[in-house]
Amino acid sequence: MSVLVHADFTFIVQGITGREALNFTRECLEYGSKIVGGVTPGKGGRDVYGVPVYDTVREITQSKKVDGSVITVPLAFAPDAAFEAIDAGIKNIVIITEGIPRRDAAQIVEYADLHEVRVIGPNCLGIIVPDVCRFGSLGGPAVDCRKAFKPGCVGVMSRSGGMTTEICNALTASGLGVSTAISVGGDPVIGSTYSDLMPLFEKDEDTKAVVIYSEPGGASEAQLALWAKENNSRLPIVAFVAGRFMDDMPGMSFGHAGTVVERKVDSPADKIKRMRAAGITVAEEIGDIPGLVKERIGA
Amino acid sequence: MRFYESEAKQLLEKHGIGVPPRVVAKTPSEAEKAASELGGSVVLKAQVLFPGSDKAATTKTADNPAGAKAAAEELLGRKFGGHAARAVLVEKKLASAKVFCVRATYDGIAKKPALIASDLGGTDLDDLADEQPDHVKRRHLSALLPPSTYRSKELAKDLGLTGSALNRMTGVVHRLAGILLDYDLTVVEVNSLAMTEDGKLIALDCHMDMEIEGRARQGKILAELGVDESEARLPREPTEFDLAGAKIDHDDPRGVAGPIVEFGGNIGLVIGAGGGSLTTFDAVKKRGGDPANYAAIGGNPSVKKCQALTKLVLGKEGVEKIAVISNVVSNTRADLLARGVIKGVIELGLEPSEVITIFRAPGAWEADAFKILKKYGVEFCDRSVSISEAAKRAVEKIGR
Repeated sequence: MSVLVHADFTFIVQGITGREALNFTRECLEYGSKIVGGVTPGKGGRDVYGVPVYDTVREITQSKKVDGSVITVPLAFAPDAAFEAIDAGIKNIVIITEGIPRRDAAQIVEYADLHEVRVIGPNCLGIIVPDVCRFGSLGGPAVDCRKAFKPGCVGVMSRSGGMTTEICNALTASGLGVSTAISVGGDPVIGSTYSDLMPLFEKDEDTKAVVIYSEPGGASEAQLALWAKENNSRLPIVAFVAGRFMDDMPGMSFGHAGTVVERKVDSPADKIKRMRAAGITVAEEIGDIPGLVKERIGA
Repeated sequence: MRFYESEAKQLLEKHGIGVPPRVVAKTPSEAEKAASELGGSVVLKAQVLFPGSDKAATTKTADNPAGAKAAAEELLGRKFGGHAARAVLVEKKLASAKVFCVRATYDGIAKKPALIASDLGGTDLDDLADEQPDHVKRRHLSALLPPSTYRSKELAKDLGLTGSALNRMTGVVHRLAGILLDYDLTVVEVNSLAMTEDGKLIALDCHMDMEIEGRARQGKILAELGVDESEARLPREPTEFDLAGAKIDHDDPRGVAGPIVEFGGNIGLVIGAGGGSLTTFDAVKKRGGDPANYAAIGGNPSVKKCQALTKLVLGKEGVEKIAVISNVVSNTRADLLARGVIKGVIELGLEPSEVITIFRAPGAWEADAFKILKKYGVEFCDRSVSISEAAKRAVEKIGR
């Protein structure tokens, strides 16, 4: 089992002829993912590493089963690309594009909700189920990806794409491995928050614990704490909160767009307090995470 | 990007929300003249974007023009949270029967625009939500449809209003919702929305912030408010070091360098971008290290860019050594980073093995990186060494 994607998961890449998309399309194919098409308006008829390129999403969905789409188009076109995928009936969307204003992100997510479509991101790298499927650009070249992500029992959710790989690598090295890793995105409005995704990990029999990586800004950690209190989850949660130095620098932004301390709920100190009160283990150091997971699951 | 209260009120007024009669004064004499024109008692507010803990001191009242002049002298003659005031906003002091608070913002949990209001205005809305949640009311808006007036009406009703007061409040809340959405704001809040004896609603203050990501498409209103493109409007003015860093990022589009921010310590940092930089900076501080700067680099930067950044960091006064630490890299090539850093060090006439305390950037192209680092005798580590451990080694070499 796994979360959201699986061995037969098929997807397309919107913006497939872009520089970054060319790279991760090749990487995903090498990793074993099933990419059934790509879209770039005006470039229909070409192919990218054997993946046929179309002008519209519907050309692909009319003839093939498409479970998901990775969107990596320039930010001015991102909302339209998402609407196109949703209207074509695609049910899982990963938005890699960075710098989308929150109003546009809220529009995408609202439209997706109306059509029961799952959105991961914006400003994320996607999902990996180690050795099964990679949906997005997480982990880089397939050879590096296999090094950092080995199958195992820990679910990972992270607001940073790079730190998703860092944490999964540590879990892999410790022997725990990774069930499903999701880079949820670093923006203030994202399609799926920790607490939105927890029920999916809860249902996944391969997952025995969940690790989250978080940052200053936003209420998603407070919301996760509330979720943990209200749901008697079988899954222990270990959290790491980066950017603690930002507590002394209100109004400054480091790292990601969503990373800023304006209000109390934004501050690492407040997040840590709320999560600890809800029974979530908060790691003091990034290197402590695997050991704490082992403690919590008695491994 | 934050607005001065004077600008925020100009925008409220443009959209038909009541604001006090006011004048922006640059000098004490202008404040004196403004007070005499406005008549009666006035409120003077130092226009500072980030006053920090000095916020309470930014406001003074005066009963006559001479008092206004003296107050303005004081406000313009000191700093608030390290910042001098750009001007003084002089406003007619109004009597109010009751004060409300209204905030329009985005709710990252509901993923929708949100309206939050209280009948207990003039206090911190977040504290109020914790301490007296019954006095805080909320409504969400659709991001797809134009804001529905009825949501504002429901909120006004929740605040206990009836009759013409209900209708007036509905209008103000609805306009604030429109302002939030139309101008790509992250938040617009009137913390003290006063209801005067004759039932009018007047915004006594206004906090307004525009999303950086939306700024590019808001040129028209920014020009109208007189906000210059070059204004960063951050809690601290960029230093020469910060600006030099921004130039490095701007001059070479390959990869990203940023944010580049100067600090007062002695450890130069060249660190992985995004979450990796946050984690590394914390780890260095936790080990007792005192960073000289924040300099994140990622997105597969060119050798040239890494080189320029290294020179900037290591060339800073008081910095003798640097640490190069990143999360496991995926698309950034570790070998290009290694080459750039070493080139930068050599160009400054320094010895890489002496000034690079640790190089930790495992991942893509790491084998090539290790080869280069070995050749120059630089201490490096692979992915078996955590970011925390790498930070510890760096701090031990540099000294606290």
